[in-house]
Amino acid sequence: MSTVFTKSAPGREGVWPKQPEHDLSDLLPAGLIREVPAGLPSLSELDVVRHFSLLSRKNYGVDSNFYPLGSCTMKYNPKFCEDVAGLPGFARLHPLLPQLPRGDELTQGALEVMYESERWLAEITGMHDFTLHPMAGAHGELTGVLIMAAYHADKGNKKTKIICPDSAHGTNPASAAIAGYEVVSIASKDGIVDPDALAEVLDDEVAGMMMTCPNTLGLFEKNLPKIVEMLRSVDALLYYDGANLNAVMGKMRVGDAGFDVVHLNLHKTFATPHGGGGPGSGPVGVCEKLAPYLPISRVVKDPSGRFHLRYDYPKSIGYVAPFYGNFGVVLKAYAYMLRLGREGLIKVSENAVLAANYMRKRLDDVLEVPYDRICMHEFVASADKQSHKGVRALDIAKALLDKGYHAPTVYFPLIVKECLMFEPTETESKETMDQFVDDLRDILALAETDPAAVQAAPVTLPVTRLDETAAARNMHITEDM
Amino acid sequence: MFPTDLKYTPSHEWAKIEGDTATVGITSFAQEQLGDITFVDLPSVGAQVTQGSEFGSIESVKAASELYSPVTGEVIEVNGALEANPELVNQEAFTGGWMMKVKLSADPQGLLDAAAYEKTAVSCH
Amino acid sequence: MPYVPHTTADTRAMLEVVGVDSVEELFAEIPQTLRPKSFDLPAGMSEMATRAKLEDLASRNSTNLVSFLGAGFYDHYVPSAVDALTMRGEFYTAYTPYQPEASQGTLQAIYEYQTAVTRLLGMDCSNASVYDGGTAIYEAVMMAVRQTKRVKVVISETVNPIYRILLGTYTVNLKLELVTVPHVDGATDFAAMEKAVDKSTACVVVQSPNFFGCVEDASALFAAAKAQGAVNIISAYPVMASVIKTPGAMGADIAVAEGQSLGLPMSFGGPYLGIMTCTKALVRQMPGRIVGRTTDSQGRTGYVLTLQAREQHIRRQKATSNICSNQALCALRCLAHLCLLGEEGLRRTASASIGNARYAAGKLAKIPGVTVLNNGPVGNEFAIRLPRPAQDVCLAMIGRGFVPGFPLGRYYPGLENCLLVTCTEKHSRRDIDILAAWLEDEL
Repeated sequence: MSTVFTKSAPGREGVWPKQPEHDLSDLLPAGLIREVPAGLPSLSELDVVRHFSLLSRKNYGVDSNFYPLGSCTMKYNPKFCEDVAGLPGFARLHPLLPQLPRGDELTQGALEVMYESERWLAEITGMHDFTLHPMAGAHGELTGVLIMAAYHADKGNKKTKIICPDSAHGTNPASAAIAGYEVVSIASKDGIVDPDALAEVLDDEVAGMMMTCPNTLGLFEKNLPKIVEMLRSVDALLYYDGANLNAVMGKMRVGDAGFDVVHLNLHKTFATPHGGGGPGSGPVGVCEKLAPYLPISRVVKDPSGRFHLRYDYPKSIGYVAPFYGNFGVVLKAYAYMLRLGREGLIKVSENAVLAANYMRKRLDDVLEVPYDRICMHEFVASADKQSHKGVRALDIAKALLDKGYHAPTVYFPLIVKECLMFEPTETESKETMDQFVDDLRDILALAETDPAAVQAAPVTLPVTRLDETAAARNMHITEDM
Repeated sequence: MFPTDLKYTPSHEWAKIEGDTATVGITSFAQEQLGDITFVDLPSVGAQVTQGSEFGSIESVKAASELYSPVTGEVIEVNGALEANPELVNQEAFTGGWMMKVKLSADPQGLLDAAAYEKTAVSCH
Repeated sequence: MPYVPHTTADTRAMLEVVGVDSVEELFAEIPQTLRPKSFDLPAGMSEMATRAKLEDLASRNSTNLVSFLGAGFYDHYVPSAVDALTMRGEFYTAYTPYQPEASQGTLQAIYEYQTAVTRLLGMDCSNASVYDGGTAIYEAVMMAVRQTKRVKVVISETVNPIYRILLGTYTVNLKLELVTVPHVDGATDFAAMEKAVDKSTACVVVQSPNFFGCVEDASALFAAAKAQGAVNIISAYPVMASVIKTPGAMGADIAVAEGQSLGLPMSFGGPYLGIMTCTKALVRQMPGRIVGRTTDSQGRTGYVLTLQAREQHIRRQKATSNICSNQALCALRCLAHLCLLGEEGLRRTASASIGNARYAAGKLAKIPGVTVLNNGPVGNEFAIRLPRPAQDVCLAMIGRGFVPGFPLGRYYPGLENCLLVTCTEKHSRRDIDILAAWLEDEL
C-alpha cells in the first residue's frame, strides 16, 4: 500500500483553520522564517480517513484476534474506559493548573483519581506508597532503581551492583545499567532463581536484585522467602518487576512477601490498551522506608477531604516525568479497578492462571513443555523437537498468523531453546482457546508431514516474511522527498 | 578447519601477525553464530587498542557482540569496505572481512593456534 | 463477572483437564506465609455506576476557564477524525509490532510518522517516539555522551525548567557535569553558552522558541560547538517548526520536541509524545524502536522494526536505552493530525497563533505598569512584567474565569512579577480584549 505522502495533491484542502490575518513576514524577521516547506502531504479528510482505515486492516489487535503473546498480557480493553479518558473534564485539563496559586482547587477531580489509584494499587500489592509518574514499565524500573540508589546514598552505603536473573526481561539489566549500576547475571535452576547461585555473587556491594514473580517462565519463585532473607543480610533491596502481576492479585501481595520496590504495567494487568507499542504506564510502589525517596510531586489528602500536590520532600529523587505520569492511562486503569472491585480482581488472576494451565495441558503432548507443572498466568513451551525436522519456533509463530491468531512470544526467555511463550489471559473463552489449540495441533502435525509448508508461512497476510537483514543494511527509515 | 597461519582468541577474533603489523578480524565460526552481519563499528585510524579490550562491535539482525582486540598497538588502517558491505564478514571472514590493521607496540600474549582454537570453539558449543 | 467469559461448566471442564479439583489448588505453590495480609478493596460496580462516578470526578475539574496557559503544553484544535481513526481497535488494541506480517498497519504508520517529523524538523532520522519532550532531552544528552565519550553538558536556562529538573534526576549518579547558562531577560545568552563550550563538552542544549517564547537562531552557537567536537541538541515546538527556521537548517545534530501540540489532548500531563530526530551519523546511538522499509519474499514493500541490536531485548545492559513501550498510539495521532491539517493547515495554525500573540502583546503592553520582558521576535507566547506579583494577579483573574498565563517565579527566582502568556489559534480577539481589560482592572 503506497504511503500517505504519495497520495498528496498540492492545494487540496484538509482541516484548515481560517486564513490568518497576518502574513508570516509581518510576524517574524526574514532570517528566522523557514525557507523550504516541510513536505507534509496535502489531502482531503476522506483521503486521510481512507488511508488510515485501510492501514488498520493490516493489523492484528485484541479486538479482532486472539493474542496469546506471553509476558504482554493482551487481555480485552473495556470500551467504557476510553469514554472516561475522553471526558472533557479530564482531557482538556492543563497540567500546569495545579501549579497556579490555589491551583489544587481547580483540579480536585483529577487529584482524587490519582490519590485513589495510588491507594488501590498500594492495597493490591501491599506496598506503603505509590507514584503514578513513570510512563511505562521500563520507566518504572528506572525510577525504582533510582529510588534504591537514593536510599543507599542516604544511608552512606557503597553499593555498585544489581543482580538480575538470566530469565529477566531485557529492560531490567538495561534500567540498572543506565542508572549507573554494574549488572550481575545469575543462572536459574529448575526454571527459578537458585539461592546457591545468588550466594556466590552476593556481597556488600550489591544494591539490590530485580525479580519477576511469577517469573518469565510462568513459574512461581518458591525460594522467595530465602532470597528475601539473603538480600536483607547485606542491606540489599528486592525489586519486583510487576509485568506478571496478573497472576497473583489477591493471592500474594509483593509487599507482604518482602519486596521493597515494585513497578506495575497498567497496560497489562489493568487492561489499558497497548496502542501498538504504547502509551503504557508504570506506577512504582515502595515499602515504608523507601517512601521519602519517591519522585515529586506527591498527592495528599487533607483532613477535610481536599486533595493537594506537595513538592516539599527533601529526600525525593526529583521529577521523573514532566507532570503526573500518563494520567489518561491511569484514568482508564482506575475505571477498570472500580468496575471489577475486590472480587473481580481476584477472579482476574484465578481465571488467567486457569486458562494458562488449561492450554498447557491441551498442548503438552505435542509440544515439549520444559517445566511441565502447574504454571501461573503463562507457560513456556519449546519447539526443539520440531526444529529437528526444520520447523522452528518462528515458523510455528508465522503459521499461527495464517490461522488468524497473533503468535505467542518467541525466543524469550533466552534460557529455553526454540521457545514459545503462551499467555491466554482471563478474557478469552474456552471456545477460543479450544479452537486455537486445534489449529496449533494441525500446524504441528503439518510440521511432521510437510515442513516446507510451515516454513513458508504466512501466506494469507498482506506480506510474506520480510527481509530484516536488508532493512538493517540498507536503512530506509524515512520516505525520500 | 581454521587457517593455521593465524592466531586466535577464545572470544573468536583472529590476528595475522606479519612483522610488527597485525591484521585483525573475527572467525568464520563467530560470523556463523551471529548470522547475517548488518553493521560493524570500527575504531578510527590512530586509535590505541589493547589486547583483551573492546575495539568495536558487530551487529546482526537479532544479535550484537563486542569485539575484543587480540593485540596491543595503534590502528593504522580499518577496512572501509565493511561500511557498505558488512556481509563480507559472512562471506570472507578470514580475508575480505578483515577489520583493522594494528602496528604492534607489545608482543601479544597467550593467543591460540588453530588447533587450540578449534578445540575451544567446539568444546563450548 | 465482567470480561471473564467462563461459565460454571467451562470452569469445571478446564479444571478437569488440568487435573485439579479447584482453582485454589493452582496457587498451592504460594506458601501461606506469603498470602495477603489484607485485600481490603470495595466491591465492583456496574459500567453505568462507574461511568457516573468518573463523570462526577471530571465535573470537579475546572475546564471552563478561558486560559492563556501554555509553557510547552498547548491547546491547539484537534480535528475530529484524529479520534475516529486512532480509536480503531486494530490500532489501539495491538501490541508492539513484534510480528511484522500481522502489524503492517502500525509499522507503516510509524514509518510515515518518522518521515513526517523528520521533514518537519529538517532532520534525517527519527525513532518511533519516546515518552515525552523531557525524556527526549535526557535521551539526546545520553546519545551525545556516548558518541563523544565526554561528560560536560552545557544547557541554556531558557530550556523548559521542568525538563532541566528531569535531566538532573536521571543523571544524578552518572558523573556528568551539567552547566546551566543563565538567561538574559528571557533570551538565551549565546555568547556565554559559546564560552562555556570546550573540548570536554559532550553537547550544547537549547530550545527555540525558548521557554519565554523567544524565537532564536542557534546557528552560530552550533557552528562553534561543532568546531569543538560537541553534539548540538535543540528542543523544538513542532507547530512552530512549520514556519520558523528548522533545527536542521541551524545545524542541529539532534532535534527533540514535545509532540503534544500535534493532535494530543492536554489530559493533565500525559500521555504525550517525545519526538526524537537526529542526523544520519548518530542513528545508531538512537534509543528505542525504529521502523525500516524492506521487501517480502515476493518482492513486495513491507515494514519491520530495524536496527534492533541497539535495544534492551538484545543488548540488555549495553543497550542505548532501557525504553521498551513508547508512545506509539500518540505518534499515530500526531501523524493523523499532520495529515489532516497538511502543510497549509499547520502553517495557518502557527501563523494564527503567532498573530494572536502579537495582538495580545500589543494590548497588554499598553496597560500602565506592564512591560514586555523581551522585545525580540516571539512565537505564540511572550513574557510580561507586572507591577506586582504575578501569583496574586493570576489568582484574582482565575476568580473572573480567566487564567492569564503562567507565573514565572516558580521556576525563575527574580521573575516573581513576570507572567508567561500563551495564545493559540483557538483564542478569539474578544478573549484577548477581555484579558487585557480585566488585567488592567486588577492592576
